[in-house]
Amino acid sequence: MRIYADNAATTKMSRAAIDAMTVCLEEEYGNPSSLYTLGQRAKERLEQARGEIAAVIGAQPGEITITSGGSEADNQALRTGAALGRRAGKTHILSTAFEHHAILHTLKRLEEEGFTVTLLPVHEDGLVRVEELEAAIREDTCLVSVMYANNEIGTIQPIREIGAVCRKHGVLFHTDAVQAVGHVPIDVKAENIDLLSSSAHKFHGPKGIGFLYARKGVRPVPLIEGGAQEGGRRAGTENVAAAAAMAAALKETAGSMAETAPRLRALRDRLIAGLREIPHSALNGDAEKRLPGNVNFCFEGIEGESLLLLLDDRGICASSGSACTSGSLDPSHVLLAIGRVHDVAHGSLRLTLGEDATEEDVDYLIRNVKEVVEYLRGFSPIWRDLIQGKARFIL
Amino acid sequence: MALYSEKVMDHFRNPRNVGVIEDADGVGQVGNAKCGDIMKMYLKIEDDVVTDVKFETFGCGSAIASSSMATELIMGKPLSEVSKLTNKAVAEALDGLPAYKMHCSVLAEEAIQAALEDYYAKHPEKRPA
Repeated sequence: MRIYADNAATTKMSRAAIDAMTVCLEEEYGNPSSLYTLGQRAKERLEQARGEIAAVIGAQPGEITITSGGSEADNQALRTGAALGRRAGKTHILSTAFEHHAILHTLKRLEEEGFTVTLLPVHEDGLVRVEELEAAIREDTCLVSVMYANNEIGTIQPIREIGAVCRKHGVLFHTDAVQAVGHVPIDVKAENIDLLSSSAHKFHGPKGIGFLYARKGVRPVPLIEGGAQEGGRRAGTENVAAAAAMAAALKETAGSMAETAPRLRALRDRLIAGLREIPHSALNGDAEKRLPGNVNFCFEGIEGESLLLLLDDRGICASSGSACTSGSLDPSHVLLAIGRVHDVAHGSLRLTLGEDATEEDVDYLIRNVKEVVEYLRGFSPIWRDLIQGKARFIL
Repeated sequence: MALYSEKVMDHFRNPRNVGVIEDADGVGQVGNAKCGDIMKMYLKIEDDVVTDVKFETFGCGSAIASSSMATELIMGKPLSEVSKLTNKAVAEALDGLPAYKMHCSVLAEEAIQAALEDYYAKHPEKRPA
């Protein structure tokens, strides 16, 4: 039995995406910048993909810039907001403590370049408070960047409300929607989103391709110079095959969302209920306002990497926010941001279900996580101290 | 390539000498939960020889494997040898550890030395000159 429960890390490419890609690789291999028919056919494929992507999020095709993925789109979005701000003499950027590193590291860089950054807290439920965000907007704030849904704990932020506040104050609003696109309905106009980043491999498209939405009037500053591709917003010969595959995947995933999301939410809730039976455990992030397939727990007294390795032996692919899985000494900044202490954050487990998950899968996950947690606690000196009353339970 | 050697995975999956010695002659605990690794070693010592050893570990795969291997390396050994156990010997016996996991073997060495120190503290007359 193998259960791939790490769909927030990446997803399996859909058949539609593979087929769309193959056609471009085998037949429509022309360069979209060439004027002969083969090139122009590739150009048509590319523009068709752009149109399909735009339609899913309620945008216009001209507002979509195809990038190498979510990280590039995040970098470009922040650089764009910062450049526009600087031109207007505004150099303050507002974001949150639990953004993806593609955001946090770019913000660090912008601080070195003279910008001031405020990172809002996200509270124990993993949600940003709109009133706190509004209070933190300053005269010189040029950009607000809040992720649509968190990549670790799956919490969905009040994006529409944040968009409205940003519009009211005349501040650009970017959202890193890498985990959200294709999984929750998004309407960039209704939600007042000015900039949005997305990555294809999170919705059954290929890796190495993504897109940046930038509202008409907000011109993305190029990170890569050297050609007129993407309307001068991103130089380099377009990856038509990957773009076509991204569009095919998105169309399919978003198109079936109305059916798959309620089913996934039910499976997610079944998984949460099952794992809650493990004593001294806690769900990370709000139980309701979270992505349909996301489950993230902390188990006291154990460490995440050993949990993952033993689950792998049982055919389960999962991930953890433990330091040992990150290659650093600190556990996940997301778990720390929602107030989990180090001791507990090391024992985290993220399970992210795919659209094909079944009740049988979920029950297998519950059974095996329970067994492995119990086994590891069996020779954990921390757990011994806790059950013997020599230390106090945190969870 | 796999993250860990087959030896590490073997000791991780089937750790040797897991558990507690209630009437241990020396107990040592090192590491802290904040960093994500704690090792506890229990030694039974007779006539300057380790006659039994058990461990408990909270930590990653290599921490568990390092503890397990360290117990095998000192089981039945005279204290003069145990006191010379190095993290390098633990790592080598495991056919190597990834560079960023070497601290796990250091913890194993320190846990055993801490247990030995505990024994000497209780039996100062046994401490070598």
